[in-house]
Amino acid sequence: METKTDTRRLNTIHPRLRELLFTMRRFLKNPLSVIGVSLVVIFGLIALLAPVLQPPKYADPYKIPHTGFRIEPSPPSAEHPLGTMQQQYDMLYGLVWGTRSAFRIGVLVVAANLFIGIILGVLAGYFGGTVDEVIMRITDIFFAIPFLVMAMALVVAIGRGLKAVVIVLIILGWPSYTRVLRSDILVTRGKDFILAARASGASHLRIMITHVLPNALYSVIILASLNIGTTILTAAALSFLGLGSETGTADWGQIISLCRSWIVGTPGNRFAYWYTVFVPGAVISLFVLGWNLMGDAVRDVFDPRMRRR
Amino acid sequence: MILVLVGVSLLVFAMMMLLPPGQRVAAYVTNDRVSPAQMDALIAKYGLNAPAPLQYVRWVTNMLHGEFGYSITASSPVLKGFTRFFPVSVELVLFAAPLIILTGIFLGTLGAVRKDTPVDHVTRVLAIVGFSVPTFWLGLLLMMIFYGFLGIFPPGAISTDARNIVFSDAYHQYTRLVTLDAILNWRWDVFWDAFYRMVLPTLNLVVINSALIMRLMRSSMLESLGQDYMMTARAKGADRRTLFRHHARRNAMLPVITISGITFAELMGGMVITETIFDRKGIGWWMAQAALQLDVAAIMFDVLFLGTIYVVINLIVDLIYAYVDPRVRLS
Repeated sequence: METKTDTRRLNTIHPRLRELLFTMRRFLKNPLSVIGVSLVVIFGLIALLAPVLQPPKYADPYKIPHTGFRIEPSPPSAEHPLGTMQQQYDMLYGLVWGTRSAFRIGVLVVAANLFIGIILGVLAGYFGGTVDEVIMRITDIFFAIPFLVMAMALVVAIGRGLKAVVIVLIILGWPSYTRVLRSDILVTRGKDFILAARASGASHLRIMITHVLPNALYSVIILASLNIGTTILTAAALSFLGLGSETGTADWGQIISLCRSWIVGTPGNRFAYWYTVFVPGAVISLFVLGWNLMGDAVRDVFDPRMRRR
Repeated sequence: MILVLVGVSLLVFAMMMLLPPGQRVAAYVTNDRVSPAQMDALIAKYGLNAPAPLQYVRWVTNMLHGEFGYSITASSPVLKGFTRFFPVSVELVLFAAPLIILTGIFLGTLGAVRKDTPVDHVTRVLAIVGFSVPTFWLGLLLMMIFYGFLGIFPPGAISTDARNIVFSDAYHQYTRLVTLDAILNWRWDVFWDAFYRMVLPTLNLVVINSALIMRLMRSSMLESLGQDYMMTARAKGADRRTLFRHHARRNAMLPVITISGITFAELMGGMVITETIFDRKGIGWWMAQAALQLDVAAIMFDVLFLGTIYVVINLIVDLIYAYVDPRVRLS
């Protein structure tokens, strides 16, 4: 709750700064937003500092070092703080470099999706007519097959591996951005200020970039933040099914698939291997949770419809 | 709709054309001892080196004649494998889908009606968990706790004993849905056996897939509660129950109906993972196996089949929407 003097003091400062302060306050008011952003920042730091936290042992840092070939996972110890997986792969190393790998995949895929999605969305929304019709029918086809199923088929067609997973997620991920952006642009396009810009002689490209796009971009950015989580979940699912990275790669889905045979403990201790199943999944969940909460936070803070509530 | 289906088939075909003929020929090979010379003969026979449009036409014609090729993972022709795997999936969907919808609507409404109370916070956390937790991890956790630790709810679709009963002469498989057949045969032991193994997979799908509906229901219910017609209804003296049930929830359901198509698509993705983890040999399990073993015929069929179902479901959703929404119905 703001007091009267508070508001007056705010009114004396620059409007841009005032908006920023308002944004910050709005953001800090919701504990979930703070948790979300903190999670993303923490994971970001882990990803950035991976070479320092867990110095690589091989030329390819994404290969998890393993001490021996014993099948049975071993519990946490001084040498392996989070224990080892099947075949003695070090869990902590895998998770730390897996974070880096997740960031690379997530950011790369979503950036590429955004790029394709925005271009096609702007074309469809601004020009309408045949262009719109063709682009929208193509997105319809992409939406007509369940995402994971299509991703599986395409990964098989390209040839398995982490690279294929990334390519597939790029090829399949853009339609949602195109749809959202197009409908936002259709709303913006009819506004008077576009007409004014047109009347004052601005070119199509100029109108698109300086007038239409900035007004329609918010929902796409929110979608992108939410989609980083989903992208990582899909990539992990593909790796889990055995279509992604090779055994021993620092990749979350791969790590869990290494652990799936250990849900039943030894006769004496039925929870004997709980660490090997629990920890990697918890890490993925927190990562996705972070991005989801951050997406919600971005929406709360920037979406003009939610902002002033 | 037909146009979309043609597009889907083109897309599936284009994807598979990325594979060399030597791998696509697998769809016509019925045993695993084939010499390279025989392979070349098969490639020539089925025209797998022909121009792409010609191959597409041939593929579609074959499908219209009910010829889908041979599936290595099912070790039988695709169609035969399909009749074996499909009922297992249908059964799980029949259990899971109604529960997903009911849970989503119920908890979403509850959250909106009790906004900002502990009940609301719990339902919101549940929705967030459903969004963030990987399906395969939740499945493994459930298995570890219930099967690994407590020793209940084993994986698989049916126990060996029950399977022997199902395939015995005295037992009639009317629908191939194990639980339904068991009731029709009055074999409650078989019913319980199958039902018991259905609990965890269903729970897994419900937790993951009801999140979207839950969240949407909550926000759309909140919106609907703030509308003027709620005030009118209250002014006319409606009690809380009528207010929520007849005035708010009816209107709040509309967006939920639209989203149920998406929920269904997610459910199919979830089936691939859930069936793989809980070792239920359904369509999802088949798809995963086919992808692993480059079973081209099965992959093409499954993708096309699931795509077709999804298109049909979306059509049904549109029809339901038109029926439920008076604005569409009367225009």
